[in-house]
Amino acid sequence: MSKRKIGRRDMLKTTAVVGAGFAAPMVFVPRAYAYTNEPKGATVTLGFNVPQTGAYADEGADELRAYELAAEHINGEGDGGMLNTFSSKALKGNGINGKQVIYVTGDTQTKADAARASAKRMIEKDGAVMITGGSSSSTAIAVQGLCQEAGVIFMAGLTHSNDTTGKDKRANGFRHFFNTEMSGAALGPVLKNAFGSDRVAYHLTADYTWGWSQEGSIKKYTEQLGWQTYETVRTPLGAGDFSQYITPVLTSGADVLVLNHYGRDMVNSLTQAVQFGLRDKQVNGKDFAIVVPLYSRLMAQGAGENVKGIFGSTNWHWSLQDEGSKAFVRSFGQKYGFPPSQAAHTCYCQAILYADACERAGTFRPSVVGPALEGFKFDGLGNGPTEYRASDHQCFKDVLVVKGKEAPTSKFDVLEVVEVTPRAQVEYPAEMLGGELGPYNDGTA
Amino acid sequence: MDAILLQILNGLDKGGAYALIALGLTITFGTLGVVNFAHGALFMLGAFCAVSVKALLSLEQVTEDATQLTAWGTPLEVRVPYVESWFGDFGTVLLDYSVPVSILVAIPVMLLIGVVMERGLIRFFYKRPHADQILVTFGLAIVLQEIVKGAFGANPIPQPAPDVAKGMIDFGVAVGMDAGNVVYPMWRLVYFLFSVAVIAGVFAFLQFTTFGMVVRAGMADRETVGLLGIDVDRRFTIVFGIAAMVAGLAGLMYTPILSPDYHMGMDFLVLSFVVVVVGGMGSLPGAVAAGFLLGILQSFASMNEVKSILPGIDQIIIYLIAVIILLVRPRGLMGRKGVMEH
Repeated sequence: MSKRKIGRRDMLKTTAVVGAGFAAPMVFVPRAYAYTNEPKGATVTLGFNVPQTGAYADEGADELRAYELAAEHINGEGDGGMLNTFSSKALKGNGINGKQVIYVTGDTQTKADAARASAKRMIEKDGAVMITGGSSSSTAIAVQGLCQEAGVIFMAGLTHSNDTTGKDKRANGFRHFFNTEMSGAALGPVLKNAFGSDRVAYHLTADYTWGWSQEGSIKKYTEQLGWQTYETVRTPLGAGDFSQYITPVLTSGADVLVLNHYGRDMVNSLTQAVQFGLRDKQVNGKDFAIVVPLYSRLMAQGAGENVKGIFGSTNWHWSLQDEGSKAFVRSFGQKYGFPPSQAAHTCYCQAILYADACERAGTFRPSVVGPALEGFKFDGLGNGPTEYRASDHQCFKDVLVVKGKEAPTSKFDVLEVVEVTPRAQVEYPAEMLGGELGPYNDGTA
Repeated sequence: MDAILLQILNGLDKGGAYALIALGLTITFGTLGVVNFAHGALFMLGAFCAVSVKALLSLEQVTEDATQLTAWGTPLEVRVPYVESWFGDFGTVLLDYSVPVSILVAIPVMLLIGVVMERGLIRFFYKRPHADQILVTFGLAIVLQEIVKGAFGANPIPQPAPDVAKGMIDFGVAVGMDAGNVVYPMWRLVYFLFSVAVIAGVFAFLQFTTFGMVVRAGMADRETVGLLGIDVDRRFTIVFGIAAMVAGLAGLMYTPILSPDYHMGMDFLVLSFVVVVVGGMGSLPGAVAAGFLLGILQSFASMNEVKSILPGIDQIIIYLIAVIILLVRPRGLMGRKGVMEH
């Protein structure tokens, strides 16, 4: 057996190779670029990161439709959709900064790890200069963190937890969708008008970040109105059959059931609560009430007739009659044959807002595009006058309170808007939810 | 007392589903020696038989009303189900009873799926280790899930119970309590009774028919039965089909309780395996008893009074009971000596 002698030169070579290996992940972009994935050619690549498999795949498919439509409109194709009603006229229908928009897609699978992996792939391999999309707060927070590290802008899709623009906010991240704090502030007064101030609420809450956030907000605002909270019960995510959690409600003496559930959990818990007769029950001499704080029209279809008369909140609804909403519904409906969901709307808006900010900034560099969005006031995108607040990158606009429709005219017509809560009523100080934006990252440091 | 009675009822209907799935799993394991991780997918396929039948019955005649426009500017479509325009009131009743009616479709369909699954895939894995069987059947379950998702989407699809079974039953009055104290959804009681009837039917079939006698003999000693000139394999194929049918019917009748989606089988699969282990591998009465027992205990563990003493107990109770029973009775409640012991 021969022995190989390791010399000083070998040692140096090995050290250099190992050192380069360790350093590689930290050097996200080649030095030839001024910022991560600076577009050099005639095109700019956007990354649409949506759930294409898993429980929220249908919502993800609707998001993707909206992004495709937005890319068409930005490139000057189709009828232009909400670009015709958008208050900013910076976009000229020739792409962004003269570059045609192309896109790549990723599958979040509604799992934080998978969402980060697909976003990373789109940034590193496909050269995406911006990542957008998603249908859950845990994936949004995970991808937002990744984009901050990578030095690209993240335009969140459907994410409703306070944390996204609260304790987990990042300079490179922006959210158009509303949050649980706004849902609570909007729903509270409507619930008081509908059910009075002498009520006892029983909460069933999905046992994860969004559920806790939603429960806290609704509890805070209903207790301010004089309601008592009988119990807050945490239910496992994806429990399927919630009957063992609903039967205690029957004998509790509570007269309101708040279902802090979303997606499949919401469909199942609401359906089963109605099956147990809660919607038609009388307790303490009052009609029993069920509240679903966050509604999704796509999900509400799954609960069928069980949503009738049930209050909730939503970011946008296709039945709105402002010019922006009508233009979007027309554009989307003619292309796909059905109306868009709130997830599709928020994603379309995010793509347009990003493109507009880049156009106004004259660059794709995050540290210049971000400030162009900060404090940006706009109208014509379906939610009335809206502002991207500079201090937390959260959009502030009116919030819709909706109710399950008693006499739907089609399978899409399941919710009706009962109140448009003005922005002033749902606004809160940025510091209330904690967190720090920190500095922008262009990916060159 | 009211709360306890409600949780017992709740445990019985939930236990009915566990027992039906576990029964099929045990039959498959006892006869073929196969650990079938695709059994939950059969529960899901049964549910989607109901979805398919309803979709077929709901096929609509579409006419455009040019005088009215949709929100996106196209003429409004007026939709009337064919069955209603062809059969009038009978068509409406047929739509209302789509879940029970779909049993007639599900029985042959699930039998066929079971036979095809066994002949086309499972039989090649009889002599392979259990790990291989688990891998292949789990893979099959994922394939079936994805097919269903591709065809029906990812969102739950509501399947209402017939109008006559949508209401509540005042169970308290039936047991001498004040009216209104223990009211329970009628369909859940229907489901419990249905599960008892199916279980009784399977036991009667195995106990009182010649076919069942041969199957039981084959479960006890396959080789000897084969030496008697009886084609055990053919009978076991049919037994696999019956197990698939039982799982399918369990899923089908569960659809008004839990709106079906492609993932619903997986939710029940793991729990059902625990039920089989607690009941005792290969023991049919054990699987049924454990199904109802764990259903009721799971319901009790979700009571606020219990959770205030043991927080989080509702999420671990089934596994905790499994650990305790396996420590005290390693073969499960009614396990047979020699099954899964080598």
